[in-house]
Amino acid sequence: MTVSGGRRLHLAAALDGSGWHPAAWREPGARPAELLTAGYWADLVTEAEGGLLDFVTFEDALSLQSDRRQHPDTRTDRVRGRLDAVLIAARVAPLTRHIGLIPTVTVTHTEPFHVSTAIATLDWVSSGRGGVRVKVSARQDEARHFGRRELAAGDNAIPDLFAEAADYVEVVRRLWDSWEDDAEIRDAATGRFVDRDKLHYIDFAGRWFSVKGPSITPRPPQGQPIVSALAHRDVAYQLLASSADAGFVTPKDAASASAIVTEVRRWQEAAGRSGEPVRLFADLLVFLDDSAAAAARRRARLDDQAGAPYRSDAAIFTGTPAELADLLRNWQSAGLTGFRLRPGAIPHDLLQITRVLVPELQRRGAFRQAYESPGSSSLRSLLGLPRPASRYAAARGLEASL
Amino acid sequence: MKQVHLAAHFPGVNNTTVWSDPRAGSHIEFNSFAHFARTAERAKFDFLFLAEGLRLREQNGKIYDLDVVGRPDTFTILAALAAVTDHLGLAGTINSTFNEPYEVARQFATLDHLSAGRAAWNVVTSWDAFTGENFRRGGFLPQEARYERARTFLATVMELLDSWHGDEIVADALSGQFLTRAGAGKFAHADDHFDIAGQFDVPRSPQGRPVIFQAGDSDEGREFAAAAADAIFSRHATLEAGQAFYADVKGRLAKYGRSPGQLKILPAATFVLGPTDEQARELAHEIRLQQVTGPTAIAFLEQLWNRDLSAYDPDGPLPDTDPLPGENTTARGRASVRMYRDPVATAREWRARADAEKLSIRELIIEVTGRQSFIGSPATVAATINHFVQADASDGFILVPHITPGGLDEFADTVVPLLQERGVFRTQYQGTTLREHLGLEAS
Repeated sequence: MTVSGGRRLHLAAALDGSGWHPAAWREPGARPAELLTAGYWADLVTEAEGGLLDFVTFEDALSLQSDRRQHPDTRTDRVRGRLDAVLIAARVAPLTRHIGLIPTVTVTHTEPFHVSTAIATLDWVSSGRGGVRVKVSARQDEARHFGRRELAAGDNAIPDLFAEAADYVEVVRRLWDSWEDDAEIRDAATGRFVDRDKLHYIDFAGRWFSVKGPSITPRPPQGQPIVSALAHRDVAYQLLASSADAGFVTPKDAASASAIVTEVRRWQEAAGRSGEPVRLFADLLVFLDDSAAAAARRRARLDDQAGAPYRSDAAIFTGTPAELADLLRNWQSAGLTGFRLRPGAIPHDLLQITRVLVPELQRRGAFRQAYESPGSSSLRSLLGLPRPASRYAAARGLEASL
Repeated sequence: MKQVHLAAHFPGVNNTTVWSDPRAGSHIEFNSFAHFARTAERAKFDFLFLAEGLRLREQNGKIYDLDVVGRPDTFTILAALAAVTDHLGLAGTINSTFNEPYEVARQFATLDHLSAGRAAWNVVTSWDAFTGENFRRGGFLPQEARYERARTFLATVMELLDSWHGDEIVADALSGQFLTRAGAGKFAHADDHFDIAGQFDVPRSPQGRPVIFQAGDSDEGREFAAAAADAIFSRHATLEAGQAFYADVKGRLAKYGRSPGQLKILPAATFVLGPTDEQARELAHEIRLQQVTGPTAIAFLEQLWNRDLSAYDPDGPLPDTDPLPGENTTARGRASVRMYRDPVATAREWRARADAEKLSIRELIIEVTGRQSFIGSPATVAATINHFVQADASDGFILVPHITPGGLDEFADTVVPLLQERGVFRTQYQGTTLREHLGLEAS
């Protein structure tokens, strides 16, 4: 079935090592010895930008990759070792002009102040293409790497981690707003570099931390860089609803996509954000080839090499890019903004996305033909999100008018 | 002949930086950083240096607005600069009080990977609860505990970085072996400050360890540098003071089993260039007037006096009252003259000098704060820099231009070629890593 016309969809690629399948590093064309080099990441992001994608995400965690949930494993046959995702994003920013850059940050063990300034700086070095995917950590091994806190057990443990994440995002966002856009005045006559009435203490005090502010970094080009999270269940949907600009969700089919969208919208209403757009992307793990049989064979070969069938939290698609295009159009009608595709193997599946899937979607009128602005794009504009005014500027304006 | 080492300090948030100059550009846009870094690399400098500030400065309870305010995040901007340079070292000041070793280790290891071996870390400690108000940990550390924490923080980061040896990744697609052995990155560290264990997740970077800088000038700071640093960032304006410091610090190395070449001494230095020495001197005076405006002079005075002096005329005489004793409540978030000297004695000294030389507040502050290090024609400045290095007052300098981002251009175009002609400064990079530029052994 070919659906033509209709709303355009948005596409992102989720970059992780040599792809999401654990045996992907052994595939022809993989560059497993280069995963820690800047050149590798620059090539992947340049390829994604060539495919006109909205953004790429970079996976990260505060522990070595492991097949176990709480602890390291002892495997020697899989990719182990990684780089800090924020710094990868910053490293590739000057080499690209349009594509959004969304690194993963673990909020459970890091400082909201440092992360706020880091993402603001990513936004500065990319001229407005920065974002962040926030992630909580319930792993015991990661807690031991910091030695600062015992992870709570019991029913409230996970909800508490997400509640802390919401506080964290609140601090990050307030810090971004803590400089009004026109705070820097350079008034030689009075000798003042800034108008300090336009710098604001954020005075956040919560259960887990207090942060005074203002930020050390001026308000970034997007005002508010994109905050996103991956969500599989209610507490995470609430985080999307209360705190995010974009969410990655994992429906199994069009019906479950529709159910998830409905649930997130309901939580948005509960959080008083029903009027604000939260862009929802379905995650899909993809194995793409010229024929469905070839894709299935390749996936089977990868599973053989890994010694077990690959399982994922996201739905797995195996087939041709044209078939995937059908599926995307079908699911999109559930109210999704677009899709974050996780390439099973890199470069193979990334190239299938950028060089086959994208042209296919373009032919159907379902994807952009070019980035709209010739110079450079902001991620907010790619996603159709307005640039918000600083909350403090708005408050000041109100005061002035009273 | 010793080789001169040169580095470039991105103009910071002190009054050294003249933002009111028509040529002054943005302190935050990436183009400024890229211009500055490319100039330093074109001039074959060893590295670019960034300072740190984790809270905006305040004076009299308000955000201090007379100097440049605001800066990017250190790691993020250095990672981006790695994309627009190929050889230049990238040195960041990172605090050991408001960070955790695991995170700092992975950030430096990552920066070193992404720059192919060009990362350096200036290890500093924070001094107050004022900065702590922006962080989870909050609070503050007593003076002795600060160095203790810095020492153990650094040692812990090194343990994490050394937990990978560099031979673990084989990535052999045919056999399916990615690692040579399980358990790479294992670590365990327990002391009064850190009790952590597990597996570090960033494999060994090209330099293994970033180049380590230390900036403190106290006895403890010198000892810390002698034990653990690759370079020391000092401030000693005269040849004699520089020589004394150089001899003192290098003399401390032997007891740690280190040789004098293993610790580079690189003072910060400002400069003013002119076609002739006389013209440079005139220009230097004009720049001092830009750096010390009337309001800035009063602000400096308040930092020593520890009270509001806004009613005083900067072109008039000094206050005849003495400074308020005790903790500095007037100026927060900066190292001030009060930290190193007795405020009352210093105030009396300043008053005596102002009386004797008939100096106004502003004129006095111009005299007693940060006169430019090197003033003269390119030939004079090149000769002076070389003299300091050959006379063992330093191993080179970290230059602090007063204009962003073009303040290094003239130095690169005029002084560097003269140093090269003298055969004391590289004409091409010989190696690729910062350790190689600095003539340090591999870690």
